[in-house]
Amino acid sequence: MNAAAKITPALVAEHGLKPDEYQRLLDLIGREPSLTELGIFSAMWNEHCSYKSSKVHLRGLPTKGPHVIQGPGENAGVIDIGDGLACVFKMESHNHPSYIEPYQGAATGVGGILRDVFTMGARPIACLNALSFGAPEHAKTRHLVSGVVAGIGGYGNSFGVPTVGGSVRFHNRYDGNILVNAMAVGLARKDKIFYAAASGVGMPIVYLGSKTGRDGIHGASMASAEFDDDSAEKRPTVQVGDPFSEKLLLEACLEIMEKGCVIAIQDMGAAGLTSSATEMGAKGDLGVTLDLDKVPCREEGMTAYEMMLSESQERMLMVLKPDKEKEAEAIFRKWGLDFAVVGETTPTKRFIVRHKGQVMADLPIKELGDSAPEYKRAFVTAEKLPVIDAGAVEARGSIADALERMIATPDLCSKRWVWEQYDHIIGGNTVQRPGGDAAVVRVEDGPKALALTTDVTPRYCEASPFEGGKQAVAECWRNLTAVGATPLAITDNLNFGNPERPEIMGQFVGCVRGISEACKALDFPVVSGNVSLYNETNGKAILPTPSIGGVGLLEDFTKSATLAFKRDGDAILLVGETAGWLGQSIYLREICAREEGAPPPVDLIEERENGDFVRGLILDGTASAVHDLSDGGLLVALAEMAMASGIGATLDVPPDDIPAHAYWFGEDQARYIVTVPAKKADAVLARARDASVLASRIGVTGGKALALHGERALSVASLSDKSEGWLPAYMAGEA
Amino acid sequence: MKAAVLVFPGINRERDMARTLKLVSGAAPNMVWHAEHDLPAGTDLVVVPGGFSYGDYLRCGAIAARSPIMDAVRAFAGKGGLVLGVCNGFQILCESGLLPGVLMRNENLRFICRDVYLKVERSNSPFTRGYNAGQVIRVPVAHGEGNYIADGETIARLEGEGRVMFRYSSPDGMIDPNWNHNGAINAIAGIVNEKGNVLGMMPHPENHVEEAIGRTDGRGLFAGLTDTLQKVA
Repeated sequence: MNAAAKITPALVAEHGLKPDEYQRLLDLIGREPSLTELGIFSAMWNEHCSYKSSKVHLRGLPTKGPHVIQGPGENAGVIDIGDGLACVFKMESHNHPSYIEPYQGAATGVGGILRDVFTMGARPIACLNALSFGAPEHAKTRHLVSGVVAGIGGYGNSFGVPTVGGSVRFHNRYDGNILVNAMAVGLARKDKIFYAAASGVGMPIVYLGSKTGRDGIHGASMASAEFDDDSAEKRPTVQVGDPFSEKLLLEACLEIMEKGCVIAIQDMGAAGLTSSATEMGAKGDLGVTLDLDKVPCREEGMTAYEMMLSESQERMLMVLKPDKEKEAEAIFRKWGLDFAVVGETTPTKRFIVRHKGQVMADLPIKELGDSAPEYKRAFVTAEKLPVIDAGAVEARGSIADALERMIATPDLCSKRWVWEQYDHIIGGNTVQRPGGDAAVVRVEDGPKALALTTDVTPRYCEASPFEGGKQAVAECWRNLTAVGATPLAITDNLNFGNPERPEIMGQFVGCVRGISEACKALDFPVVSGNVSLYNETNGKAILPTPSIGGVGLLEDFTKSATLAFKRDGDAILLVGETAGWLGQSIYLREICAREEGAPPPVDLIEERENGDFVRGLILDGTASAVHDLSDGGLLVALAEMAMASGIGATLDVPPDDIPAHAYWFGEDQARYIVTVPAKKADAVLARARDASVLASRIGVTGGKALALHGERALSVASLSDKSEGWLPAYMAGEA
Repeated sequence: MKAAVLVFPGINRERDMARTLKLVSGAAPNMVWHAEHDLPAGTDLVVVPGGFSYGDYLRCGAIAARSPIMDAVRAFAGKGGLVLGVCNGFQILCESGLLPGVLMRNENLRFICRDVYLKVERSNSPFTRGYNAGQVIRVPVAHGEGNYIADGETIARLEGEGRVMFRYSSPDGMIDPNWNHNGAINAIAGIVNEKGNVLGMMPHPENHVEEAIGRTDGRGLFAGLTDTLQKVA
């Protein structure tokens, strides 16, 4: 062992290990670790890599289903979409780095998730992003929006994947901790999926891709701690992205996979070489020996410690078939990428790292991951908030005024300014572009297509973690249904504050339980995911934000429904029950300045019945336009359908048992608007009755304005101007 | 048609282009690696597709323009062969001296992906014979550096010789700064060389060739090329 730096309690603490965790380390290896070993443990045992606070709860999530090929635990989840094809997808956060250095933080977030997908042998066909920013008036927000959006575009556009959807929200609870959750979706042959588990003793371990530099050292540890006022000093821990190298890496990897050269493959993401090498060995029940003298380095004089902890981007580790090594090397050289044999598999189940003739680390490979601490942290369940009686909420101003204000708010306004900076059409398969309920991307030459969306309503999660968790999954399922897809599976990206605080842990536990219940009820398993904790600054946590990324399947992409009204004279039908739920609604927050009450409950049986009914109307060609109801309720949804088409609507008088503002803006769940040709309306309503689904006719499309009884007419063009206006004006410093 | 689509490291719309060429002409193109010195025998159309060759590092298209294959492309163009450059391909053609001018950053300094309207200035060219002069087509753009500029004398020549093939316009064909998303001089979206056999354009006609995926306005360009080359053959 190398002459060890003195391992002091202060050094242990700097590595993010608690005294009891360090004791666990000592018990495991029976001696004091070297500095390199301490670094390796800190990389493997931090929250980001070990899931030590969350693991015990994640076990409750449903992860199996008839079409699930690979659930959580690999680089990404894999589902069967028929015809010998598989969809590979995952969502992952890059929150802490994006706050510190928004462009590179977001860019490398996209790079990391793309690598997770193509590591498994899939060509990426789409990206989505769920973004949460601080209040618009916060001093840093504009800078962060600008940098994050440019970073996402800068990486994805250059790499050459269409960014087809996602979400953008603003709230002061994200002032000190923004969220950047990136999702990538890829396509592979079902019988050509690649995994991390190494096999065979004495196999060469090959390093591929970019060189190793000093960037990103301790990135994963940073993502496992709270921020304070000096967090900007952590900028050197943010990695720098190179989408050009990643594109080369993609093409080279797919080429050597196609040629049958690869036994096992693992990308170097968080905790770089350490995590990828130990994972390949541990999963294959093998030991790994690395010779760091062989690692391609960007700069001279790098120590073993630095090489093992570097998070330089665009790197891969592989076990190649020995007889194909030369062929693989030639392919990598053709693409101008580094290729080096840096180690081999051994029968010892030890992880041995050599550098300059010295053994710098000698650790039990399985225990390194398996023996990571696991906590059952204390949690408290928040008190239930009272249900707000809609009748007790006084309307503020007219319905027309409220609608005009709401569609121009940061959360509900058009996000065109964002998604126009993303190439959303490359690939030639984007059937539905951003701005609808879900993006629709054709699978190869069709007729199949995938529907993709990301969803969560953090204010509901804060008010009731369990209902909020359910709602996030239900809304995702609803959005996929609204374009006509059959929802298949989700990836979850769970963003919370400091889990050492019982109230935060309570949010986490509640949301996970809600997600689990909804996934079970909707047959919508979780196949991959990521947990991001410690999203708080100076003790102020983010809103609990479990982002749900969903994938659905359309057998025929030409049958997908869009939300735009199609023609004058179609009957507008409202599917689902409307009670006028105002608690935690956008109306209550934006118009009444109150963030109060219990969120709308989700009846999962009703959700499923209503959704199945609507999907049926889409697939048999009856529905001409479909939109799910969510933030802002019925009237906001109708306005969105009008703005997407330029066609207006005349709406019937609301039922007299619900206050008008609660009818138009309440956020009851499990609802859709469906338009159908007028002459089919009665038959559709009869079908709904037969299916025990509540549905009613609420108006008719036509004209150039939204006409509500007793309100001034709202021209669709002026609504569009308001909806489109806010974000560009804000970014230009004019709002 | 026997098309060759050039592949540089970092190019990413070569698959879209190859698919469209096959869809419209019926023949799959040859994909030609940048390190090659020769075009496949019998090549009658060279396409330089879009993307981020060499990551757009140094200057868009500057490194690709110095690839071995570009000597062959210059020779091919010199003999009157048809060359089409789209987006990064347009930038590469400018950098290789096959077309005049440069593409600067978009006026608003942001990448822009959206459908735009193009006024087709002339229909008497192998590239635009599938359209009528004055016709307005709708095709997507996806670029951060598409703001065309050249010195005054060059612009005067381009205009005087009728070498501007496409201009950004309003849906009814008006040239209007509000419809010129990247700030290009004279709303120039696409130009040809002196002999008229090399076209560079920023928008992506190859992404609008199917009704089910948007629209088919881009088809005319490829149909026109197919028609031209079939008549020659």
